[in-house]
Amino acid sequence: MVQTLTTLKESPSQTAGPYVHIGATPNWVEITGVWDEDLGLVLVGPETKGERIIVKGRVFDGSGNVIKDALIEIWQADADGLYNSPEEKRGKADPNFVGWGRQPTDGTTGEYRFETIKPGRVPYKDGRLMAPHITVWIVARGINIGLHTRLYFGDEEAANAECPVLARIEHKFRLPTLIAARSEENGMPTYTFDIRL
Amino acid sequence: MQRKAILSEVSGPRQEQMTGLEGGFYQRDRSWHPAALTPQYKTSVLRSPQYPLLALENTISEMTGPRFGHGTIGPLDNDLIRNFAKTGDAIGQRIIVYGRVLDENARPVPGALVEFWQANAGGRYRHKKETYLAAIDPNFGGCGRAITDAEGRYWFRTIKPGAYPWPNGVNDWRPAHIHFSLFGHAFAQRLITQMYFEGDPMIWQCPIVSTIADKAAIDQLTAVLDRNATLPMDALAYKFDIVLRGRRSTMFENRMEGN
Repeated sequence: MVQTLTTLKESPSQTAGPYVHIGATPNWVEITGVWDEDLGLVLVGPETKGERIIVKGRVFDGSGNVIKDALIEIWQADADGLYNSPEEKRGKADPNFVGWGRQPTDGTTGEYRFETIKPGRVPYKDGRLMAPHITVWIVARGINIGLHTRLYFGDEEAANAECPVLARIEHKFRLPTLIAARSEENGMPTYTFDIRL
Repeated sequence: MQRKAILSEVSGPRQEQMTGLEGGFYQRDRSWHPAALTPQYKTSVLRSPQYPLLALENTISEMTGPRFGHGTIGPLDNDLIRNFAKTGDAIGQRIIVYGRVLDENARPVPGALVEFWQANAGGRYRHKKETYLAAIDPNFGGCGRAITDAEGRYWFRTIKPGAYPWPNGVNDWRPAHIHFSLFGHAFAQRLITQMYFEGDPMIWQCPIVSTIADKAAIDQLTAVLDRNATLPMDALAYKFDIVLRGRRSTMFENRMEGN
C-alpha cells in the first residue's frame, strides 16, 4: 500500500436554514440581551475614507420570486484597495473601515442594503489591476453551500473592460449579471445588485 | 495608466511575493459537499444556481478576511444555558460542546469566530416564523459564539436540542443538531454547517443530512460523546472538530527559505 496523505477533508457544508438569523443577527429577530449589537451592521464611520455609497438588491429564486429569508455578507477593500485583514501583506488598510458587512434580506420586501464606501482597485496575482469589486456571499434555507459572487460597478466601464477576472468569463452574456447599475437615492450614489439563482 | 505600467514591470514571482499571493487555497471538493440541487430537500430545487459556477482562482479578495478580536465577545456568549436566562437556567440535557478549528493541513486556526444557534430541548426555535407546537423556553435564546484560542480550540455550554418536524415531506424530522458558522483567516474559508450527535437514528432519515452523498462526510459532522470531558454531576461533553480550507504550500514557487 502506498503512503497516505496527511491532509484533512474540509467539513462539508450544510444549509444555513430558515433560522440563520438567530445566530447571525439575533437582535434583528428579537433575541435581545445576549449581545448588544449584531455584527456587521455598520461598515462606515465619520472617519472612514472614501466615497459613501449604498449597495442594495434582492435575491430571486428560480421561479423569479424574491427570497425573504436570506443572509448576505460582503467583503471589500478600502478606498485605496487594501483589505483590513492580517492576511493583507501590501500595506495598512484604513483603520476606520472594517470592510465586512452582514445584512438579512428584509422579511417583507426581500431587499438587502449596505451603507459602505466604493473600494479601490486590487491587483490580480500577476499584478494587473482588477476592477473595483465587492465580494458577496449568500446563504439561506435551501442553499446547501454558501454562494460566492462579486459585485462590479456599472460606472467603471474602463476598469471592467480590462479586469483580468472578468476577462476569464467564457459566456459573455453572464457578465452583466455581475455589474451593479448606479443611480442616486436621496443624494447618495446607489448601486443595485440583484442576485438570481 | 502609469501605475499599471509600473506594475507590469514587476509582474511574475516577485510581484506575487509583494502581493502576498503565494499559495492559494485548495480547490473545494464539491463531491464531499452537498450538491446545490438536491430534490429530496425541496427548497433547494428553486434555490440552486441554474448556471454552472464560474471558476475563480484565489485573489487577494478571497485570501483575506475579517478578523474578530477576543474583545468582540462577552463572558456569557458561549453559555446558552445562561445568556438569555430570565428566571433560571434553560431547560434540557446540559451539555458542553468543544473542539478545534483546523485547516486541511491539520494546522489549528486561531482567532476564528465560531457562531452557533439551535432549537431548544423540545425542538422549538425562538423565531417569529416558527410554528411547531413544542413549548418555548423563556430562558433559552438559542444563540452563542466563541473565538478560538492559540491552539484553535473553542467550547460552549448549552442544552441538547430536540428533534423536530418540518414541512418537506408530510412526516420529515430533523435530527438533533446545532448550526455552526465559521470565519477562518480568509473569506475563501467561510463556512456554515451543522453538527449532529453520535448515535442519533434520526440522522439517517433526514433529507437535509442526505444532501451529503458520502457517509464519511456525514460522520465528519457527527460529534462524539467524550466521557472524559464530562463534568461529573453536571454536563455531558461532545467533541466536534471543524476543518476549514487549507492553503497550498509554496515550495519552489517564490520563497527561498521555504515555509
